[in-house]
Amino acid sequence: MSLLQIDNLTVEFETSTGWFRAVDGVSIKVDKAEVLAIVGESGSGKSVSMLAVMGLLPATAKITADRMLFEGQDIQKLSGSERRKLIGKDIAMIFQEPIASLNPCFTVGFQIEEVLRIHLGLDKKARRARAIELFKLVGLPNAEERMHAFPHQMSGGQCQRVMIAIAIACDPKLLIADEPTTALDVTIQKQILDLIMDLQARTGMGLIMITHDMGVVAETADRVVVQYKGRKMEEADVLSLFENPQSNYTKALLAALPENATGDRLTTVSAFFDGNPEPAPSAGASA
Amino acid sequence: MSDIKTTDTMLEVRDIKRDYELPGGFMKPKKTLHAVKGVSFKLERGKTLAIVGESGCGKSTLARMITFIDEPTSGDLIIDGKKMDTRPGHLTSDMRQKVQIIFQNPYGSLNPRQKIGDVLGEPLAINTDLSAAERRNRATEMLIKVGLGPEHYNRYPHMFSGGQRQRIAIARALMMNPKLLVLDEPVSALDLSVQAQVLNLLADLQDEFNLTYVFISHDLSVVRYIADEVMVMYFGEAVEYGTRDEVFSNPKHEYTQTLFKATPKSDVESIRARIAAKKASAA
Amino acid sequence: MADATLTQKAAEPVSSAQMRRQMLKEFWFYFSENRGAVIGLYVFVALVLVAIFASLIAPHSPFEQYRDAVLKPPAWVEGGSWTFILGTDPIGRDILSRLIYGAQYSLFVGLVVTTLSLAAGIIVGVIAGYYRGWVDTIIMRLMDMILAIPSLLLALVLVTILGAGLNSAMIAIAVTLQPHFVRLTRAAVMAEKSRDYVTAARIAGASPLRLMFRTILPNCTAPLIVQATMSFSNAILDLAALGFLGMGVQPPSPEWGTMLAEAREFILRAWWVVTFPGLAILITVLAINLMGDGLRDALDPKLKRS
Repeated sequence: MSLLQIDNLTVEFETSTGWFRAVDGVSIKVDKAEVLAIVGESGSGKSVSMLAVMGLLPATAKITADRMLFEGQDIQKLSGSERRKLIGKDIAMIFQEPIASLNPCFTVGFQIEEVLRIHLGLDKKARRARAIELFKLVGLPNAEERMHAFPHQMSGGQCQRVMIAIAIACDPKLLIADEPTTALDVTIQKQILDLIMDLQARTGMGLIMITHDMGVVAETADRVVVQYKGRKMEEADVLSLFENPQSNYTKALLAALPENATGDRLTTVSAFFDGNPEPAPSAGASA
Repeated sequence: MSDIKTTDTMLEVRDIKRDYELPGGFMKPKKTLHAVKGVSFKLERGKTLAIVGESGCGKSTLARMITFIDEPTSGDLIIDGKKMDTRPGHLTSDMRQKVQIIFQNPYGSLNPRQKIGDVLGEPLAINTDLSAAERRNRATEMLIKVGLGPEHYNRYPHMFSGGQRQRIAIARALMMNPKLLVLDEPVSALDLSVQAQVLNLLADLQDEFNLTYVFISHDLSVVRYIADEVMVMYFGEAVEYGTRDEVFSNPKHEYTQTLFKATPKSDVESIRARIAAKKASAA
Repeated sequence: MADATLTQKAAEPVSSAQMRRQMLKEFWFYFSENRGAVIGLYVFVALVLVAIFASLIAPHSPFEQYRDAVLKPPAWVEGGSWTFILGTDPIGRDILSRLIYGAQYSLFVGLVVTTLSLAAGIIVGVIAGYYRGWVDTIIMRLMDMILAIPSLLLALVLVTILGAGLNSAMIAIAVTLQPHFVRLTRAAVMAEKSRDYVTAARIAGASPLRLMFRTILPNCTAPLIVQATMSFSNAILDLAALGFLGMGVQPPSPEWGTMLAEAREFILRAWWVVTFPGLAILITVLAINLMGDGLRDALDPKLKRS
């Protein structure tokens, strides 16, 4: 049994010009202790599909799926309160903007203790001890002092560490990381990625890494799903994706990487489609 | 001025510095922040210098000084053989036309209430006395040059994608035929496929107009692709400066080495090595 | 992706007129989402028409005194007649006709006061927001001083100094409303000034005057338009209040507030003499405020999006 299994997920939004289909029949599966990367450019629906799983989309969004199973349990059939119990505890998420994801009015210590109180019901002393332990785990220096810091007193990298501490506070079985390092500098990105991968290896949680950066994919993923305009283009394990991409879109993406430049100019994605702007999913997508 | 060999040096920066005064609070003294602590370099005409560094290293401040947006605290700026008088009010439009800048965020750099035609026509309207029809012709020509079309002349910025907006920003910068273009992270807000298109466009334009680029970036793979020379900045200082091959094959400063190590590697060998390491630790 | 959209749209060149029509359509889409705003707009348009064609619509002259029909109740009440649909006032003037002519005063005052305070507020606000420093400090402290005095009280003082009448009432109201525009403009200019497109225009060589009024100001219009509708209704209210206190439009002019004041002593005997002018003020102000809400909905998200 996989940890999370989504079959044929479609998400639509109403706009002034009619219904817009952000995710179109995507199926995703993550096993325990597996790292799945969902890669795509803006508008590929990579974040929207995960927000749909978390139930974080606005009520106006139309979400349909054949199945949305978490440990064999259909998330769609859960009531609001059951779902809230699951989310944040068994499924946790971290976001792109670490400073904006924290409430600027409260200390980071208060914010992590709030999670521990709601989901684990720990008493005050236990909460404090656990919070400090978590801060140490994510590599925040002077954990005790940091408890009283406000988000604006910390750097982006430190805020992301706090977000990770909050996310793993309840030992989630699945962690969804939505572009966790995009807003950070290269050296900080490296540290945060190392931290996430280390925690994943130690706890054996499933990890979904949403990113647009092929470098991050190469450094973290076991398996990769490539999305384009709401559709799945390709699914493969990371090595075969980079070694032998199946879909035209993936080929184009890899060719557009500056480090793969061969001649004087870069290969652009459109050059691969020959005037046909909608790349068809190839055989690799159904794998 | 006579001591500078002017034939092919487009831009020379000598020991340029910039301090910011941070206002002190009540009863607290003012603090001085040294954003750029004495940077010098020389750049040949038609070449690209990449300035690499992390947020807060002073690379954007340097860019703003080269484009006369900020006044340097001290140091000299020599452009096309002429020493620039950077004091506010002493800039002639002639000097200003030689240097243009392209910003990182294509969503903020275009006036939302200005049609594309007016965006491109504005520099001409301010600095020249061309007729409206002539301005229109030039703007349309430039739109085509950057890969857009005359039909976009009457549209507003919000009707364009990020990549298209960046093309418009490039077109605007080129309207006055500048010689030096400062590009402040021009592709870091763009998708990978669009990034490739814009980088290609920049390379085409450089060939066509013999432009000199100062390319500011944090992305080493882009820098490696586009730069002739590379300067690495760290806390306001240039810690590494040399040709691309020198810097990438033999980084001398410790920070440069850290930076290279931190950059994700997407080649097949590294992936294979990582997977092997993971299997070994799991076993 | 950029290229894909390009090739699709290349076939259809867009003219300025088409573009304007498209933007208008988009504006109407967001505006019409708000039902109250649409109703407000209809009421307002009707009021404008009534004011323009007052001499055609009104059944009587607003000044003619029908001595034999003093304090006639409205037509549907016992003792009323259809000659005077809304009844007559204590000296026999037709209330409906006076209300219809009164709309002219209210709309005229709203328009003039809003234009005055908007123009002054924008100029002062842009200067304060663009230059900051001591200019800003002086301007804003002055505005704070104006705001610290209750607006009606300030208007009363000003009218007393200038002498009662329509013109001085309008100037007084404009002065009390103008600080709101200054603050709003200043805040918007400060937010816009640091954006890259302003820097880009500066590099292109734009003068401070051009930067302030051609580059920055058009991007600050949305909150100003909303505030303008609100002060339109405020001006009508304030004028009515001044009229009621006898410091605004002088009798026998058919201004709504003045009508209320004249009829004060008959409130208990003849309810219609105060009810209808009151209702006219209520409906007008409500309609304009609803319209302002709709404008905010239609203009604000667009500003954020681009």
